[in-house]
Amino acid sequence: MSATEIHDPNRRDFLYIATGMAGVVGAGAVAWPFIDQMRPDASTLALASVEVDVSSLQPGSSLIVKWRGKPVVVRNRTEKEMKDGEAVSLNDLKDPIARNANLASDAPATDANRTTPGKEAWMVMVQVCTHLGCIPLGQEGDFGGWFCPCHGSQYDTAGRIRKGPAPENMAIPVYQFISDTKIRIG
Amino acid sequence: MSEGHSTYTPKTGIERWFDARMPLPRLIYDSFVAYPVPRNLNYMWTFGGILSIMLTAQILTGIVLAMHYTSDTNLAFDSVEKIMRDVNSGWLLRYLHSNGASFFFVAVYIHIFRGLFYGSYKAPRELLWILGCIIYLLMMATGFMGYVLPWGQMSFWGATVITGFFSAIPLVGNWIQELLLGGFAVDNPTLNRFFALHYLLPFMIAGVVVLHIWALHVVGQSNPTGIEVKSKTDTVAFTPYATIKDAFGMIVFLFIFAYFVFYLPNYLGHPDNYTVANPLKTPAHIVPEWYFLPFYAILRAITFNIGPINSKLGGVLCMFGAIAMLFLVPWLDTSKVRSAVYRPWYKLFFWLFVADAILLGWLGSQPAEGSYVFMAQMATLFYFAFFLVVMPVLGLIETPRRLPNSITEAVLEKKNKGAGGHPAGAVSAPETKG
Amino acid sequence: MKKILTSLAVLGLLATGVGAAMAQEGHAEAAPTHFPINEPKEMSWTFAGPFGTYDKAQLQRGLKVYKEVCSACHSMNLVAFRTLEGLGYSEAQIKTLAAEYTIHDGPNDAGDMFDRPGKPSDHFPAPFPNEQAAAAANGGAAPPDMSLLAKARGVERGFPRFVFDIFTQYAQGGPDYIHSLLTGYDQTPPAGMAIPEGTHYNPYFLSGVSLKMPKPLSDGQVTYDDGSPQTVDQYSRDVAAFLMWAAEPHLEDRKKTGFRVLVFLLIFGALVYMTKRKVWADVAH
Repeated sequence: MSATEIHDPNRRDFLYIATGMAGVVGAGAVAWPFIDQMRPDASTLALASVEVDVSSLQPGSSLIVKWRGKPVVVRNRTEKEMKDGEAVSLNDLKDPIARNANLASDAPATDANRTTPGKEAWMVMVQVCTHLGCIPLGQEGDFGGWFCPCHGSQYDTAGRIRKGPAPENMAIPVYQFISDTKIRIG
Repeated sequence: MSEGHSTYTPKTGIERWFDARMPLPRLIYDSFVAYPVPRNLNYMWTFGGILSIMLTAQILTGIVLAMHYTSDTNLAFDSVEKIMRDVNSGWLLRYLHSNGASFFFVAVYIHIFRGLFYGSYKAPRELLWILGCIIYLLMMATGFMGYVLPWGQMSFWGATVITGFFSAIPLVGNWIQELLLGGFAVDNPTLNRFFALHYLLPFMIAGVVVLHIWALHVVGQSNPTGIEVKSKTDTVAFTPYATIKDAFGMIVFLFIFAYFVFYLPNYLGHPDNYTVANPLKTPAHIVPEWYFLPFYAILRAITFNIGPINSKLGGVLCMFGAIAMLFLVPWLDTSKVRSAVYRPWYKLFFWLFVADAILLGWLGSQPAEGSYVFMAQMATLFYFAFFLVVMPVLGLIETPRRLPNSITEAVLEKKNKGAGGHPAGAVSAPETKG
Repeated sequence: MKKILTSLAVLGLLATGVGAAMAQEGHAEAAPTHFPINEPKEMSWTFAGPFGTYDKAQLQRGLKVYKEVCSACHSMNLVAFRTLEGLGYSEAQIKTLAAEYTIHDGPNDAGDMFDRPGKPSDHFPAPFPNEQAAAAANGGAAPPDMSLLAKARGVERGFPRFVFDIFTQYAQGGPDYIHSLLTGYDQTPPAGMAIPEGTHYNPYFLSGVSLKMPKPLSDGQVTYDDGSPQTVDQYSRDVAAFLMWAAEPHLEDRKKTGFRVLVFLLIFGALVYMTKRKVWADVAH
């Protein structure tokens, strides 16, 4: 090591900074796998879509499937339920946004926007109260839709929050009719 | 913590506030910044630091693996494979953990051999040495139980054989074995308790490591000359001198570690452990992990009865005795000189002992038959002779080489020899550098 | 340091001598005591070495051999159809492939078990409902599950090869063994060797002179679409490579990550070493 090197402060500082930076980069890279492992694993993601056969559902009946560990209700609504849903004015809604993962995030919460075009009788919805995650009971409460027994939130026949502490309409997952009798959720 | 007088001076208000209430910054400063270390430490002294990061790495990877592992005999094997196949970065964490155990032992063996070579166990460092031996024992228990968790064939049969040691104890042996297993054979209760203990023991190791470092900071580090620190010129500050040297040692070690993790992750393991445990079928050759092989060879070397002690109990006693030797080393070695550098005969026997340990390891991996058994018996004999005969006798009869008067003198002598005779005065005190 | 190296060298020589002495202990040809009788042949694999990658066409051929031959007796419980992406298949292809299989599922709402076509999230179904059934149908020895076979088999390398293996990164003991075993039938046992009834002589078998599995492959048995030779040797290579993938699906990722990590450690190590030199520049030690 020559004397000139020792007396050149810039070069020494550069070395210290470069070493320190390399150490920080290394530590960051090491931290990643420890965080990465917490994310849903490949087998969990593989089950992230389910196909439901709805051929047996008569108007006025529903079924519940488990999707991503949560209950998803598929309801074939009656004429009256659909009419009740369409009759509601957007101004009466506590949450005016559709909360439909198939539509734009600011779509208004009309009855049509809560369903799929051409399949307006069908409600496909994550049946989890948007308040604190309880499962509301179907066809109960003041609006003929859903009623959450935990803290008294009331939803209408299109799953929109009308009364009670819940802040949002119940979520509609990504889904599509792959045939007249089959729905793929997720 | 070291000599009672601290050089720490809090500069900011926050530091003063802390210092008056809980002087943690002072403790850290005194232990890891200002703490004086001998200036002549070689790279063999970086293994303490390497072991600390290996322990930390094992605990961290272990905790995240435990988030995905299931300790049920029906699910354990598949849950490990799920980690390897489906969990994000799971293969990396699992290979880091399994190879990390091996490299933890690589480091600890180098650390132990370094201590034996340089006489680091001698007064006043007996307690420091014994604490180290306790850490080693805890590591063996942890490593053994960890190897059972993947529930492969070697896991199962290794657990069966090792818990079988206890059945050699007269009268209460079977009772103790059943107590350990929670049944009549290795099964679900065994797996569950091994998982619980495998999670607990590393934290106990960490606790004893704290005591180990505490004891170290009381007596100070030994050094290659074995001469105690006499003046300030014999030492340098821990930071930056020892920290940067340790850092370099760690990186070299991690490089080799990474080479195995990424290119030879199963080299140190056994193929049979990729077959799920089958209590009805023993593999052809049961071998423990490589770090137990020397002791395994000693266990199998005792094929004969010794008086009233049958060969089974004799083997188990010899095996535990081989570990117990380490605890007695501070009192077995009678030499007044610490370092093997100045003890020509001890140095020779030391390297023979290293060769013997490696030979025992190799024999442990071979089938116990034919000439292997005789070789294992000879190697076992030398193993015990080294501790029980060579160490006490050599100290009395060996003529050591001339010792330098101080660490500084030793360093300057070496420097002059290496640099072709610079005048000693050209080497300034360490403090002059900014 | 020099002393340590010298000592290690002395040690190495010592151990070599011992190893050579061991090797001279001969054994009678008709009554071998150590298995396998022949060591596996070392083949060249695309996934060997620091930059190894799987040959996807080979893996697809291997899958075909597994599907048409091995899967009649051997399960592959740990491998899910979705992971066949690693063989270069598209999502649609995997869906079709999975649907070819029938999965026993249930219970349904009525409490009954039912059969349905496979989905990508399913695993390869096993040919036998349980191990006892597998053993009963195969003369008392249950065919081993193949998911990890390429890592669960390996012939001990012995001294000094296990030392060289560190530097050559030899980690293909499993596929080498599988290939050698599959191509090792059709040999005549040495005169006087007793072959147990119902077993088949194979000098490459890991734990005896013969095994229960009869020769599984013959030339032309599986049709390849890509013009590869339809020989037992080629089938064996392909299925061994496929099994290596099945056992270690993240191998390519592992080696790629490893290269980056080692390069980083090299650079970081160099920087720390220079820093260390500067820090210690005027302290004799």
